Amino acid sequence: MSASGVRLEGERRFTTPRLVRRNAWTLGTCALFVAVMIFTVVIHPSYGPFEVHSLVVGALPLAFAAVAEASVVLAGGIDLSVGAMMAVANVLAARYMLHHGFETSLIISALVLIGGSLAGGLNGVVAWRTRVPDIVVTLAMSFVWGGVALLILAQPGGGAPDQFLSIASGSFFTPWVPNGLLLLVFVVALVWVPIRLSRAGLALYAVGSDRTAAFRRGVTIGPVRILSYALGGFFAACGGLALLMSTGIGSPLSGTIYTLSAISAIVLGGVSLAGGRGSLIGPIVAAFILTLIPADLILLGTDPNYGQVVTGALIVLVVMAGGLAPFLRRRRPRLAA
Amino acid sequence: MTDSAVLLETRGISKTYGAVVALRSGDLSVRAGEIHALMGANGAGKSTLVKVLTGDVAPNSGTILLDGKGVRFASPASARQAGLSSVYQDVSLVPLLTIAQNLRLSRIAMPEVRPWIEELELEHVDLNELARDVPTPILHLLDLAQALATLPRLLILDEVTATLPADLTERVFRVARRWRTEGRSVVLISHRMPEVQALCDRATVLRDGTTVGVVDLASSGQEEIVSLMLGEAAASVVVSEGAVADREPAPAVDRRPALEVRNLRSGKLKDVSFTLHRGEVLGLVALEGQGQADLFDCLSGNHSPEGGEIIVQGKPRKFRHPHDAIGAGLVLVPADRALALLPQRSVRENIALPMINSLRNWGLIRLGIERKRVRAAIDRLAIDTRSQSRVKQLSGGNQQKVTLARWLATGFTVLLCFDPTRGIDIRTKEQMYGVLRELAASGSAVLLFTSELPEIQLACDRAIVLFGGAVTAELAAHDATEAVLIRAAHGLVTGGGEVEAAS
Repeated sequence: MSASGVRLEGERRFTTPRLVRRNAWTLGTCALFVAVMIFTVVIHPSYGPFEVHSLVVGALPLAFAAVAEASVVLAGGIDLSVGAMMAVANVLAARYMLHHGFETSLIISALVLIGGSLAGGLNGVVAWRTRVPDIVVTLAMSFVWGGVALLILAQPGGGAPDQFLSIASGSFFTPWVPNGLLLLVFVVALVWVPIRLSRAGLALYAVGSDRTAAFRRGVTIGPVRILSYALGGFFAACGGLALLMSTGIGSPLSGTIYTLSAISAIVLGGVSLAGGRGSLIGPIVAAFILTLIPADLILLGTDPNYGQVVTGALIVLVVMAGGLAPFLRRRRPRLAA
Repeated sequence: MTDSAVLLETRGISKTYGAVVALRSGDLSVRAGEIHALMGANGAGKSTLVKVLTGDVAPNSGTILLDGKGVRFASPASARQAGLSSVYQDVSLVPLLTIAQNLRLSRIAMPEVRPWIEELELEHVDLNELARDVPTPILHLLDLAQALATLPRLLILDEVTATLPADLTERVFRVARRWRTEGRSVVLISHRMPEVQALCDRATVLRDGTTVGVVDLASSGQEEIVSLMLGEAAASVVVSEGAVADREPAPAVDRRPALEVRNLRSGKLKDVSFTLHRGEVLGLVALEGQGQADLFDCLSGNHSPEGGEIIVQGKPRKFRHPHDAIGAGLVLVPADRALALLPQRSVRENIALPMINSLRNWGLIRLGIERKRVRAAIDRLAIDTRSQSRVKQLSGGNQQKVTLARWLATGFTVLLCFDPTRGIDIRTKEQMYGVLRELAASGSAVLLFTSELPEIQLACDRAIVLFGGAVTAELAAHDATEAVLIRAAHGLVTGGGEVEAAS
């Protein structure tokens, strides 16, 4: 037995199954959601399909925004224009769907989604070609898109056919599973699963984890970053449409809060802001937690503005708990020689 | 074998990073079916040449000929397609992916890599483990296995053996020999002279970014490589006037030890002991990665040692933070100026930074005294600036002087210099030597790690050599010629190396 063999045996002292260990944070987020849900049912015993429905419709835009942000951050970038792109998608759809039929509204949705992907891809191209840091490029873009949204629709208005608005609100099977939830799972799975299972998904995680190593493994960095931003743009456009479905009108300023909320959701959902680590499930569950907390506070009869306070405290606590893992791993920083 | 065809040839490859010339003129010619060593001191340009060959960086000029045809590699992937595969000094597996995913990322099918995993005796490694969780030596071997899977015509091993224990090194060499018998080629970069002698057919030697010679290892050996690495400097050791080696040892005014290190262990440091007296400059020589970084980390309080004692002026000390080390009088001048300076702030603020603790008056910094002390330090080092300008705008040499000036103005017991003259011009270097000598004469102690061996005789009273995490030689400046130091640094211990300083 060689010395190296002995060392490897020593490495395998963990007894937790690997699947659990690798997805610990996602599972933790789910557990947190279950805990918050139990709390909700305790303070509001008559919790039923109607509440589930309003939770899903309320959380849908944030869930898409979180997925958009996660696809960028996993590849090592950051997108501050998610909210603004949502707003553009939202007002575009609201303005042009008004007084049109259901079919037209679906065509417009498709165009908006394509436009969103292109707008996201543009972030990636600019960041790659100019070598300006991602955070600066997307911050600038957030102003551009914020302005464009106001140019399209100066004040809240517009609308969409009822049939379109009810996509998210009906329920096919049981009233406990609203269509909005199915829509979210379906769209995210349809786009993400093929990518995740292909080399492109691997490359996306690789670029987020270590750009130099990925380059040496034969990954072309630029296209992968563009892909991640295009995904971000696509999901942001989904978020804009979801916003239209939940409010019924277009609003040029509605998107702005979603950038920071999305970042909160991915942090809570276990996506490392340094890139390369996390999943899309965590951020989606976190989006539901973040929507449920203010609702609970209203049920408790307290000022819903405490929601912000609770949310902030929760994020700090969760991230602190998550920070214990690498600490236990005992990796120490070194002075570069 | 003289008839064997040349597989790869490079001519006049150069590469600069900003103002730093990493490679001036890299010439390399590798025959089919040979193991070719690439040698040179730290910073001679070996790794840069390899990075050019593997498409990791694009050269500024020069040509690469493969089978006599000019080629240019845009990325590691295209180099790999042309049959050049490399195992890098720093592991190049993506840390947050599993080994299996890393292989998929490189488009290497499991059946292709499987035989090599067996060849390297890695069957017991779990390929579904994250690369981050696999020990570094094993990662290096896995990296090698996946490089072999593409059956490269030229395999490049960039200091792979530096981090490997002996049994794993032997596995790498077995593969290299097999590669040679199959008519393929290997380029080996290694600092370990015996290894090169035993394994390689020829060696190309680089010095200061230029190829200075090719040695046939069958007919000649280590001595020739060493003399090539030294260059003309060996023939006529240019020791400028006032060099320590020619001088009488300073009168022993105060020979009390300023710093004693006893059995220090940390990272690569296995067991290091030495004493640094007041009024002397102690040189430290080591190849890359022999534990010098760990030693300076411990002494400057950057991290705590695993064992051993640090005794400052007779008192054992434990540092939990650089603040503790500075408080005890141990101050650091790192090689990388960016680690020490606030580039956006003024020279005055940079120099005054550590002083603010002692110059406060009810919380307010006493600017008058501060200005006076800063002025004195600037004058003493002849820093070429008005003290209001931003440090970022200074030349590298002047930036390094600012780091030094900071400690002159603040005061210290032991100055720890980690390769302080790296990448600065010759005139500033000489000024630095002068300042170090002056400091020693005024009773301070200086520990100077340097990658430029002539500096030992130019600035130091005594030198110690670190190899494999332990002190392997201690020499008086007079005996510390480059040839002796290079031999000692490569672990070739010369007889009578133990010479007590200033006896």
